[in-house]
Amino acid sequence: MDFQLTEEQVQFQDMARDFATHEMAPHAGDWDEKKIFPEDTLRAAAALGLAGIYVGDDVGGSGLTRLDAALIFEELAAVCPSTAAYLSIHNMASWMIDRFGSQDTRQKFLPNLCSMEHFASYCLTEPGAGSDAASLRTRAERDGDHYVLNGQKAFISGGGRSDIYVVMARTGADGPKGISTFVVEKDREGLSFGKQEVKMGWNSQPTCAVMFDTLRVPVANRLGAEGEGFKIAMMGLDGGRLNIGACSLGGARGAMDAALTHVRERKQFGKAIAEFQATQFKLADMATELESARLLLHKAASLLDAKDPRATQFCAMAKRLATDVGFQVCDEALQLHGGYGYIREYPVERILRDLRVHRILEGSNEIMRVIVGRRIVSG
Amino acid sequence: MHIVVCIKQVPDSAQIRVHPVTNTIMRQGVPTIINPYDLVVLEEALRLRDQFGGKVTVLTMGPPMADESLRKALACGADAAVLLTDRFFAGSDTLATSFALSTAIKKIDAEEPVDIVFAGKQTIDGDTAQVGPGIAKRMGLNQLTYVSAIRSLDLGSRSIVVERRAEGGTQVLTTGLPCLITMLEGSNVLRRGSLPDMFRAARAEVTTWNAEQAGVEDITQCGLRGSPTVVKKVFAPKPRNEKAVLVETEGKSDAEIARAAIDALFTANPKLEAEIPELVLAS
Repeated sequence: MDFQLTEEQVQFQDMARDFATHEMAPHAGDWDEKKIFPEDTLRAAAALGLAGIYVGDDVGGSGLTRLDAALIFEELAAVCPSTAAYLSIHNMASWMIDRFGSQDTRQKFLPNLCSMEHFASYCLTEPGAGSDAASLRTRAERDGDHYVLNGQKAFISGGGRSDIYVVMARTGADGPKGISTFVVEKDREGLSFGKQEVKMGWNSQPTCAVMFDTLRVPVANRLGAEGEGFKIAMMGLDGGRLNIGACSLGGARGAMDAALTHVRERKQFGKAIAEFQATQFKLADMATELESARLLLHKAASLLDAKDPRATQFCAMAKRLATDVGFQVCDEALQLHGGYGYIREYPVERILRDLRVHRILEGSNEIMRVIVGRRIVSG
Repeated sequence: MHIVVCIKQVPDSAQIRVHPVTNTIMRQGVPTIINPYDLVVLEEALRLRDQFGGKVTVLTMGPPMADESLRKALACGADAAVLLTDRFFAGSDTLATSFALSTAIKKIDAEEPVDIVFAGKQTIDGDTAQVGPGIAKRMGLNQLTYVSAIRSLDLGSRSIVVERRAEGGTQVLTTGLPCLITMLEGSNVLRRGSLPDMFRAARAEVTTWNAEQAGVEDITQCGLRGSPTVVKKVFAPKPRNEKAVLVETEGKSDAEIARAAIDALFTANPKLEAEIPELVLAS
């Protein structure tokens, strides 16, 4: 067991931190305030290999590991969880095409996704199918060498802006085994979008419903075999959960760093509030809990990289812990700011609003407990 | 097009401490970086390669650990790296360094003809600015120093047009290839290395040459033996004993104080008025 990052991983981390500090931090407040989807910044990140971190290098990906990705997303999220999280979703959708697409499909879509010439979205959730995702009702009927899609997806990150939608739809009977996965391009006839949702956080990325009305997509756009879609979606989410967990770790660390600066400067009762034991105890707990969540997340990432059968359980455990702890640490960081923490001039309240949703999406933290609990009980 | 960029691994001067008694630099435990002036020419070389095609080879002379600096350059997009390392090179001054580097560049050139050699304007540890020109002289290359921008490059006629900072203005110079160029800080900013490039750099093969492999025939021109420079003394300069200009502030507005301070400055430095436009132009 070796808890040291490799020299390369330290380099990846340094590069991501440098990019976040110089290209994201100065604008993150603005992106949130004005609901700007920072396409140019995302493309600059893509030029550094951040849009296909664990996509194969033959199609423009970086060919790295999940652990590498977790380190990178933590750095990006330390300044802007919302933008980092969109990038993580793009990475997840791209990986699904990389892993389950045919050689032609990979060559067709991935170079543009790795450069972010095209943006990607992941479409599983429906108005009536959230935690019970396998009950989804969007249908894909086979018609010759095409499928015809009808239905609606809800809360789609990148919705309306993305060029590529990775869509889970029902091709067979009820339940998880009747689902298949399709790549749907934005310009296909029959694709439409709901109004942009007004959200608490995650304002640097668009979110809306995505609708399919007798949308025809070639059979070649199907990822994997018919009926494999739910499995593909869940495999995507194993990595997606690590990424979202890493984004929570990053946001919490960013908030805690801001709090540290504040308590060292803020004077009350004649001294810096950092000198009070009440403050130090709080900081000690924040640092300890954040580090324990990070350890579990990195372990889960290592298991997924090793294709260990326990990976799904550990990814769920790590996502639950990192997103809960991340939010709590951020909340404490806000508390340490006092009234200033509630003011938009300081970054903490933005990070807090961004991190709140991490406990809900990529499988809610209640569903994480279902995944973990079932596996423990069934041994 | 083949471009060779000479780089040097130096102690990070921001983190150097000077021994309080001996006034010598305390190098122990000081992290090393690529000489910042070298980053400017590395970026320029990469841009020319991106625009015109070809290859960028980075070259350094130093201890085996200088390999780290070469890998950083590879991570930023350089195509090949050569490390000159040999105990015979130890203790080189600028004369011996330019000898070793130019010998190696001649060998690189014999394998794949070199069009441009870039070197940093100077290093932050030695600060001599002699090695680049030394290489040019030894190799008979046209030399362009203190370049602030490359205006154009024509591979057909093998000519290059650059802007060079000169006292009181900018020179525009044209010369033929091959040539050696040193550039001013601030001319550009080195790009970030991408993940695939970092990945590649960590696994890339760095060509390592000792003196013999680099093509050195006369070992007496290398290292300490080839270095006539003797460091006689290292010392911190004494502060100059100059009087400060005092301006009366009692009962005056900020504008009046500022006016009085400026007047005093111009009275004390009669030539300042004529120099200001040049300073502004040069900045």
